[in-house]
Parts: sequence; C-alpha cells; structure tokens
Amino acid sequence: MALTAFAYTLTMSMPAPAATPAHDVLLDIVNLSKNFDDITAVDSVNLSVNSGEIFALLGGSGCGKSTLLRMLAGFETPSSGQIYLQGRDISHMPAYERPINMMFQSYALFPHMTVAQNIAFGLEQDQLPKAEIEQRVHDMLQLVQLKAYAKRKPHQLSGGQQQRVALARSLAKRPRLLLLDEPLGALDKKLREQTQIELVAILKSVGVTCVMVTHDQEEAMTMADRIAVMDQGRIIQLGTPHDIYETPNSRFVADFIGSVNLFDGQVVVDEADHVVIDTPHARVYVSHGITGTQGMPVSAAVRPEKICLSLAPPLAAERASPAEDGFNQTPVTVQSMAYFGSFTTYHVKLADGRLIHVTQQNAARHDEHKLQTGDRAWAWWDGSDVVVLTR
Amino acid sequence: MNTPNAPVTQVQVAQRTPWLAAWGPRMVIGLPFGWLGLLFLLPFVVVLKISLSEMNESGIGYKDLVDWQDGLVVISLRYSNYLFLLSDKLYLMTYLSSLMYALTATVLCLLLGYPFAYFLARSPASIRPGLMMLVMLPFWTSFLLRIYAWKGLLDNNGLINQLLLALGLIDTPLAMMNTPFSLQIGMVYVYLPFMVLPLYANLVKMDLRLLEAATDLGAKPWTVFWRVTVPLSRSGIVAGSMLVFIPCVGEYVIPAMLGGPNTLNIGRVLWDEFFSNNDWAMASAVAIVMVLLIIAPMAWFNRIQAQQRGAT
Amino acid sequence: MTTSWLRCTWLLAIYAFLYLPIATLVAYSFNDSKMVTLWSGFTLHWYGDVFRDRDLMEALGLSLRIAFSSATTSVVLGTMAAFALVRFQGFRGKAMLQSMVNAPLVMPDVIVGLSLLLLLVALQRALGVPERGAMTIWLGHTVLGMAYATVVVQSRLQEMDRSLEEAALDLGARPWKVFTAITLPLISQALISAWLLTFTVSLDDVVISAFLSGPGSNTLPIVIFSRAKLGLNPSVNVIASLTVLLVGMCVLAGSLWLARREKQLSRELAAAMREH
Repeated sequence: MALTAFAYTLTMSMPAPAATPAHDVLLDIVNLSKNFDDITAVDSVNLSVNSGEIFALLGGSGCGKSTLLRMLAGFETPSSGQIYLQGRDISHMPAYERPINMMFQSYALFPHMTVAQNIAFGLEQDQLPKAEIEQRVHDMLQLVQLKAYAKRKPHQLSGGQQQRVALARSLAKRPRLLLLDEPLGALDKKLREQTQIELVAILKSVGVTCVMVTHDQEEAMTMADRIAVMDQGRIIQLGTPHDIYETPNSRFVADFIGSVNLFDGQVVVDEADHVVIDTPHARVYVSHGITGTQGMPVSAAVRPEKICLSLAPPLAAERASPAEDGFNQTPVTVQSMAYFGSFTTYHVKLADGRLIHVTQQNAARHDEHKLQTGDRAWAWWDGSDVVVLTR
Repeated sequence: MNTPNAPVTQVQVAQRTPWLAAWGPRMVIGLPFGWLGLLFLLPFVVVLKISLSEMNESGIGYKDLVDWQDGLVVISLRYSNYLFLLSDKLYLMTYLSSLMYALTATVLCLLLGYPFAYFLARSPASIRPGLMMLVMLPFWTSFLLRIYAWKGLLDNNGLINQLLLALGLIDTPLAMMNTPFSLQIGMVYVYLPFMVLPLYANLVKMDLRLLEAATDLGAKPWTVFWRVTVPLSRSGIVAGSMLVFIPCVGEYVIPAMLGGPNTLNIGRVLWDEFFSNNDWAMASAVAIVMVLLIIAPMAWFNRIQAQQRGAT
Repeated sequence: MTTSWLRCTWLLAIYAFLYLPIATLVAYSFNDSKMVTLWSGFTLHWYGDVFRDRDLMEALGLSLRIAFSSATTSVVLGTMAAFALVRFQGFRGKAMLQSMVNAPLVMPDVIVGLSLLLLLVALQRALGVPERGAMTIWLGHTVLGMAYATVVVQSRLQEMDRSLEEAALDLGARPWKVFTAITLPLISQALISAWLLTFTVSLDDVVISAFLSGPGSNTLPIVIFSRAKLGLNPSVNVIASLTVLLVGMCVLAGSLWLARREKQLSRELAAAMREH
C-alpha cells in the first residue's frame, strides 16, 4: 500500500529509532513534582518510556496528567525532580529548544497561515535550507494524505483534516518524543474509531515515541502499548492494557477501567494455589494464591463479561474444576436489561438487594432462552476470573 | 487550560539571556506604568498641592508651600479654598446641580437606550452589523459638531421653532436655547451611544435559552423581561450608566455651548476659575472635590469591568 | 406582531434622533444666507471660503499631525499595558495599573486637562521644560488614548487562544518570534481599531487641547469651539458636512469590506464541509 511504502522511505531517512532494541529507554522521569500555591498537581512521579512505544497517561480531570504532559513539553517548570531525554537532563530547558513536539487538543493551527506554512513553521525555526523544507512539507502532506490541501487555510478544513495537519506539523521536525493531548477528544464516535487506527498506523510506521494524555479509557486501551493510570498527581498502576484490565492493583483502577463487580469479604482459606473468600453473597473460590493472611478483609473483583447467567444453578460438570462446585455462584433476580445490539447488559439483584452487572454477547440472532426482567436466575463465574484486591 | 502558570516568555527567556529575562517583562510593565504614573497620578498630587496654596498677588503663578525664613521651615497649607468651597452656597448648589444633570442624563439615556439596545440585539443577525455601524457613525463624527447642530435646531430662528410656527402650534418662538432643557438634550444626545454600546454587547451575548426556559416554565413575556433579561444585563446597565454619569458630572463643552447663565455646572466653574479668574488654587480645589465626588462611581465601574474580565 | 412594530418604530425614532441634527448641519452648509438657519438659497461658496481660510487649514494640519502621533503612541503603550495586564500574573501594582488604565475613560476631561497642565507648569518652573505647545497636547492625548487602546487590545488578548503561542514555542520559535509571527497578526484587527479610535479621540478633543495648548498651537476643535461659542457660523457647517462625508465614506467602505470577507469565509467553510 502506498502509505506503508512511503512510510518505509521516511523511516529509512530518520535517525535510528526503528532499529534499536525494544526496551531502549528514551524518557526517564525521576521524582517529578509540580505544586501550584498549595495544590500538588503532580506528586513525585517516576516512570520510563521506551523507544518507539506509545505510552498513555490515563485519568480523570484534575489527576495531574495534563500538568505532567506540559512539563514534558516545557510549558511548566517542575517544582522538583528531573526529566531525562536520552540521558540528557531537560527539566529546565525551554520549550523551543527541546527535541519534543506536541499535538494540541484544539490542534492550535495558525489561522493566518496555510496548511503548508503551518507545517513549515517548525522547520523554518531551525533555519533549514528552503529546498529541504519544501521536501519535508511535501513528505508530511503525503504521509497524512492531504497533498491537495496545501494552500488551504485551517478554517477551510474539516475537523478530521485539521487534526491531520496538526499531526503532520508535529512530526515535521522528526522529534525524539511526540506528545499527544487528548488526540481524539474533539471527534465524534464513528470518526474516532477510524482515526484511532489510522493514527496508530502512522505513528508506528514513523517509529516515533509517543506520550499521550487522555481521560477516555477506550482510547488508551486501543492505542497505547503501556498505560499509567493516574489519580491526584500519582501513578496508581502502570502496565499494558491487558495487565491493567485483567489484573488491576486496586479498587480505583478496577472501577476506573471498564466496570467491575466487587464482593467484599474475608479470607477464610489461604493456600499457595488457591484462596477462599467468604462474602455475604457467595463463597468465592480463587484459583491462584495471594500475598495475604487468613482473616484479611479483601474484595473479590469479577468483570461483568466473566459472569454467566442461567435459569438453573450450574452443574458440577460445567465448572472449570471440581473444587469449585458450590463456590462462585449466587442466586439473582433480573432487575433491568440494556440491549446494545452486539451485547446485552443485565442488572441483576442479589439476595440483599445489591445490584451487580453482567454482560453477555448476543451470539445468536434469536434466543428462546433469553432472560427477561423479573426472571430468577443464577450468576456464576470461574475461579480463575477473580482478582483479589486488598486496597 | 485554567492552570495558573508563570508567563512562558519569562520562564523561557530566563534560561538564555538573563538580562533580557530580568528587564523584558519589567519594561513591558514598567513603561506604561511609569507613563501613566507620571502623567496621570503625579498630576493629581500637584493639583492637591496647588489647591492648598495661595495665588501670588500679581495674579500670575502661585506661592510655594515651603518657605525658608530666618532659620525656620514654614510649610503653609492653605485650606481656605476648601473652606470657601464648602461654605459658599453657590458652589454647593453647583455641585449639586451638576450631579442632578448627570443623573437625569443617565436615566434618560437608560430609558431611551435600553429598549434600543434590546431591539438591536434581537434583530436578525444579518442586519445587526449594519445597524451597529449606523449607531457608530454619529459616534465617530466629532461631538463638538453634533452639539453645535443642536444650537441650530433649538435656536429661536432654528429649525424646530420654524417648524412649530409653520404648523401653527405656537405663536412666538420657544426659548429653548441656553436653558436646562437644551443642556439636558445635549447630554443625552452625546452620551446615548456610550449607554447603548455596553448594553448591546451584553444583550447580544445573552443565552436565549434561558429566556426559553423561563417561558417554558409559564412566565409571560413581560415577566421574562423583568425577572430574567434585566437582571442578567445588570453589568451592561452599570457599565453604560457609569460611562454616562461620571463624565457628565464634569462636562464643560456641552454646558458652554448649550447651557446658559442659569445652568450651574461644576465643569464650567472649574474652567472659569482657571481661565477667567486665573485662580489656579481655587480651580484645583474644585477639581479635588469633584474627584472625591466621583471616586465611588469610578470604583464601582472598575469593579464591574474586573468582574466582566473574570467572567470571560 | 405588536413587538415587531414596536421594535421598528423605536429603532427608527432613535436613529432619527441621532441623525436629524447631523442632517441639518449638512443641509445648512449649502445655505446662501449668513443667518445659518434661515434658508435663502443654495450655494457652495462657503466651501470655497473654508479652503481659503488659513487659520482653519493650519489648525487642521496641526490636529492631524497630533492625532496621528498620539494614536501611534497610544497603541504602542496600550498594547504593552494590555500584555502586562493579561499575560503577566500577579505582579506588584497590577490592580493599580488596571485602575490607572481604566480611569481616563470616564474621568471628566477638565480634570485630566487641569492636572496635566499644572504638572507641566511645575516642571517648567523647576526644569525650564517643556514649553506648552503641540508636544504637550500630544502628551495629554496619549494619556487619554492609552486608556482606549488598552481596553480594545486587552479584550482581544483575553479571548485569544493561548495554545497558538504555545504551539509556536513548541515548534522551536523563540519568544520574540512568537510575538511577531503569531501574536501580532492575530491581534492586528484590534490594533487597527484601537488606532482609529484613539485617532478620532485626539482629533475630536477640545478641553485637554485648550488646557495644554500654547501660543500658536491651535487645534481644529479649539478654532471651531471659539467660533461656535460666538454664534452660528457657516464655516462650522461646512466642516461638519465634510467630516460627516469623510467619516461616512470610511465607515461604509470598512463595513462593506468586512461584510465581503465574512461572506467569503463562510463560502470557503461551506465548501470545505461539503468536500469531506
């Protein structure tokens, strides 16, 4: 395809990153903090970003992710701590000297300049020869497929086109690190899905290391290689999307990413290969060991898609292992349903009135055994699908 | 982004060129500050000083406040000017009537200007810029000339009298010139755009959905107007009123051209004290008292402006 | 609809109120009679007289020169003040600068004129300079003009998108380059309005000029004022109609140009929407 062939030639002319080993650390953030008067926006953050990866800072508003990004860009000076880019301390370097470029949430395209002039702006600051600037602008336009729009002004472009110009402009200088501020925030749902794929394709083909900031977990999960979940200036958990979703380290992360059902109880059996938690609704059998003690209060977290609903209680033969017979099940009443087309979410009431949610794929077009509101059923799950949370 | 941050220019430049970093922002702040401090604030100190001094016997210039005599430093602060001001009935009347004229002008401008601004703001968007241009055009034309026009209109041989005589509504020309009436018309005429502009700016930005919500909840148009529109346009009303009231208090040109011997205006008094009587000390005292009178409205105006800025 | 009828009537009435005096001024400039308001015939000879009037023409020239220079100075200083007030957070004296910048907007001219004159006289007694004349008038107009300029530029700066400047910094432009390449073009329209506004304010001012003028430095408003105070004068009518004509043409041209740009912008936007 033209895009990949073209991107290939582009990467060949770029300095090394595509060829370096996967875990070459590009960015090192050490004990970074930022205080505004009496508010601590970023609290002693430590993280490393590897060369070529897309790294996401995920969190709600006020969690400090934007401040952290602005410190990387050079628009805020750290109150304490350091930022190292390829070993060099850039913590107090002015923004216009850093080999870092940013794609702004509002795109920030210069309204009085054409698309070509916007892209050329950064190159002109480096005082590159005119011919080279023209060539690079041409290459960038080719990369984002906007060749025909070079002479247009930003107000003459649609939202999606403006975003591509912003991307081209931020890549024109071949930065070591690219910062993305809520890259898909301004787009509507349909456009977002399409753009996600295109954006990642372009970034990976160019091979640039990215740090992106978002409040949208879907965006982070689909685009990033690794995610740092932030809250109140701190990193709560750092890992791959899979790790974060399936192995959250705290109730906060479990609840922040997707939805989760929490069963609070006490550890009654603590073995190396399995744990049993006694909760008011069910006896929970966890098929892995935990670092904990008997009697410890914990929460058993089970994702909605891991729970099965059936009118009859599960048979021993349906279980993953005979040891789980009688565990991990509870009688429920279907309270309400939400039909999403490809899946259905059930809100089911437990014995004491508490609600949990269960998600089921609508794998068949017609299902005579489909549950209705008011039905009494059984909810059950596998021991391997339980995550034990202690905080 | 609402995060407070040190100006990027300050922070960045500080790394590279220390002296520019230290002096650049200081110059940008310092030059206007110094200019105004020197040419706006300092003069008030001088006025205060002169108001406390005495005119020379020759009538030119004023005596110094500090006098060195026989090894004594004599600082004479003559407050007799103020005493005279505050005790003389004529002066008190003049201040009062100036305030009254200004207040009347403000109220009239509000009564005429609010509906005008309201209708302007509710006009179709396509003709609004044109209508605004039509309001601005008189504003850009010299106000001196426009006041002069009223002289022609209100004169005994002026157009209005000619019209009324021709229509047979009166037998002899109405004496409209050099009266409080002509003065008031002149003030309203000149300052009406100053009232309309802030009101229009406020009304045009008003969220119409709030009015729709009020109507949806059962309020009749009149109620909607008084209980929603007017309160929401409060800052526009205050800004417009201050832009009319405060300058009107000290107006000179309009009273000089359209007022007569019966219209007492403190602006005219100040001018006459200075140019006709050559009594700079008295003029200064008049000015100081005038400033004291308008300090409260000015502070109010300042606060409304600050609120406006904070709201955006 | 009654409200629509009320709206049209009120608007028309106020517009008539605003324009009738101006219309009469223009009409009477063609009046053959020296008694300005008593119509005796159509003539253009007053226009000829005005152009031959040396005092008037000199005053006009002086006014234009002062207006031009005070407008330029006001815009430069006003832009600096606007930047200081919008971009620099909490420096000592910020509230004071804001009040000082706002005050001349509402302060009666007589106070500004008197206070400035007394200062200049005191300076003159102490240092021997400055002499009252064109320069002192220019100083006074700049104080007033700066207030207007700051208000205009300040409101534009506040609504400007800061991320555009950050983007320029991010792309490697140094702070001064950001100012000249990005900020200035984006506030250029506000700068032009501020210039035009302060130009008009200066050209129109009577009181401050009267206080601060010296022998031989009569501005146009001073001449008009002294003639008008004596009574109705045809030359004043001529000046009035010429002013109205000039201002009217400029305003018309300006608004037509703006309207054309608006239409062009929306056409381009629509075209872009359709394509995608």
